[in-house]
Amino acid sequence: MIAKTFTVVNPTGFHVRPTKAFVQAAAGFPCKITVSSKGKKANGKSSLSMLTLGIAQYDEVTLEIDGEQEEQAMETLGKLLTQVHE
Amino acid sequence: MTRFFKGIGASPGIAIAKAYPLKSETFVPEKRTVDDPEREVERFREAVKQAQDELELIRRQTEEKLGQEKAEIFEGHLLILEDPELIDTIEGNIRDNAVNAEFALHEASAFFVETLLQLDDETLRGRAADVKDVCGRVMNRLRGTESADLSGISEACIVIASDLTPSDTAQLNLETVYGFATEVGSRTSHSAIMARSLGIPAVVGAGEALREIRPGAWVVLDAEEGAVVADPSPEELEEYRKKKSRYDARKAELAQWVNRPSVTQDGHRVELAANIGQLEDVQKALDNGAEGIGLFRTEFLYMGRDRLPTEDEQFNSYKYVLEKMNGKPVVIRTLDIGGDKELSYMELPKESNPFLGQRALRLCLTRPELLRTQLRALLRASRYGNLKIMFPMIAVLDELLAAKRMLEEEKAKLIEEGAELAETIEVGMMIEVPAAAIAADQFAKEVDFFSIGTNDLIQYTMAADRMNESVSYLYQPCHPSILRLIRMVIDAARREGKWVGMCGEMAGDETAIPLLLGLGLHEFSMSPGSILPAREQIGKLSYGEWTALADRALQFASQDDVQTFVRQQLSGGDNK
Repeated sequence: MIAKTFTVVNPTGFHVRPTKAFVQAAAGFPCKITVSSKGKKANGKSSLSMLTLGIAQYDEVTLEIDGEQEEQAMETLGKLLTQVHE
Repeated sequence: MTRFFKGIGASPGIAIAKAYPLKSETFVPEKRTVDDPEREVERFREAVKQAQDELELIRRQTEEKLGQEKAEIFEGHLLILEDPELIDTIEGNIRDNAVNAEFALHEASAFFVETLLQLDDETLRGRAADVKDVCGRVMNRLRGTESADLSGISEACIVIASDLTPSDTAQLNLETVYGFATEVGSRTSHSAIMARSLGIPAVVGAGEALREIRPGAWVVLDAEEGAVVADPSPEELEEYRKKKSRYDARKAELAQWVNRPSVTQDGHRVELAANIGQLEDVQKALDNGAEGIGLFRTEFLYMGRDRLPTEDEQFNSYKYVLEKMNGKPVVIRTLDIGGDKELSYMELPKESNPFLGQRALRLCLTRPELLRTQLRALLRASRYGNLKIMFPMIAVLDELLAAKRMLEEEKAKLIEEGAELAETIEVGMMIEVPAAAIAADQFAKEVDFFSIGTNDLIQYTMAADRMNESVSYLYQPCHPSILRLIRMVIDAARREGKWVGMCGEMAGDETAIPLLLGLGLHEFSMSPGSILPAREQIGKLSYGEWTALADRALQFASQDDVQTFVRQQLSGGDNK
């Protein structure tokens, strides 16, 4: 299992579009992806679950990734978390 | 009797038509036990499949009608139907508890809707509407019921509803629906966003009282005021009709100027750009026909948080703006804090005269890491568009040279690290301090452009604090002293073949514009909403004439005299 924390800079936080990009990328990996922020946890392959985290700009978000291809998943998903999407 | 309902104007304009209230029914399914849970799961999957087909159709129709970006809402809906958390919860409930699909769907939907509604973020709260919309669609398929079809409305009307789902809004028949009003919602709800892209007026959040409007009643939707007026008197109706035609005529007039160049009657071309302070403003700039960004304030990256932004965070923001402007010039100003702008996480010494103290570049030069990080982020982003870097609050040449040296050093480091940078990046400075305006000829040799920051230039030239009301009469943009300084700056730059812009409020002022044009200002940067009126005005002016008129204006002794003179000339006065 690997874990890493990122800061979201997207001005509107993590709304539908960034979440969609994230979840679609996450679905491409076989490993288990858990996203946590402000004490709440979500399934990184579920957009609804991700949206309920209410990730806002400058929130710190931790990715816990467990299983096959975890390193690649961390790199790809970390990039998506720190990018400006709007 | 006339009734007024106050809401939020979510999409601009005025509409007048008869009311078409939509009935909203909330269906709460009964809990039943099923004999064969596996078959119930199958029934649920079949309903999901049908809902997906419907959504795919709506998505395609929306894409044709409104473009790909708006159709993305329905891609989001399709995604919800594939969401593992939602689907697994529902199917798990059916299997484990042998309940009916309707009940399991309702429970799961209510859970996500409730959780989303509890979030602080208004936009995310708005996503609860998507979940409701999608789950309602599946529910209709399970029950074999039809959802309200708004595409069939055949008479001119204003739709009144509790809320409009995104699917409702996308299917509105624009031939007959002149606008809509809803009880709930905000400027950022889907229906509001949709209304703006459809270009129809909308008032949202007008409250439950809207239910009292009866079908067929006359309704005025005044999104300018955020008002819904039902059953107006004939006199009121007439007033609103006049207001509407004035509004529509002005809007049509201005719309003609969006994609036109900014050219005077005699063929002199200038550039009208936008001042922005948020990433969200870029779209507004483009919608208003901005030919560039004349001032991108970067303070928002530093404020409202608890630590400095990293290089990567800044890089991402700059890259976004540069890409979005697609090759049009983007002037990014380096950090301007101090003065009245403080950062909670940075100890700045208390100063008795902060506007004359260590602000902007003065601060950055004593804390070089602050500036170096920003410069690196800017340089790395440069290859994504037409970047111009601008330094604020320079009084003496040494400050400019120190900042430029840092820029060169960071550039060299980045190149050594193998980073790809734009071939040319113009470097300029703000003219806010009178000392810099007076010595503009010397600065002009060292920069590619100037941008005159009039708010500060006026306050420093007049020695009048712009926050202090007792001296506010000294804020005189068109005072001959200010105009003479502006002329000095423009003339000095021209002699070196450099261009001059202006990014203060003065650049969008209709009395100042003819003078600035005549003095030879090249770029006028203003709030996005002022661009189209300015372009229209410039299109009617003659550069040649105003060159001579500006000369004369500079000889007057007061701002009043200057303004009177300009207004006379503009109204075709006989004072030539």
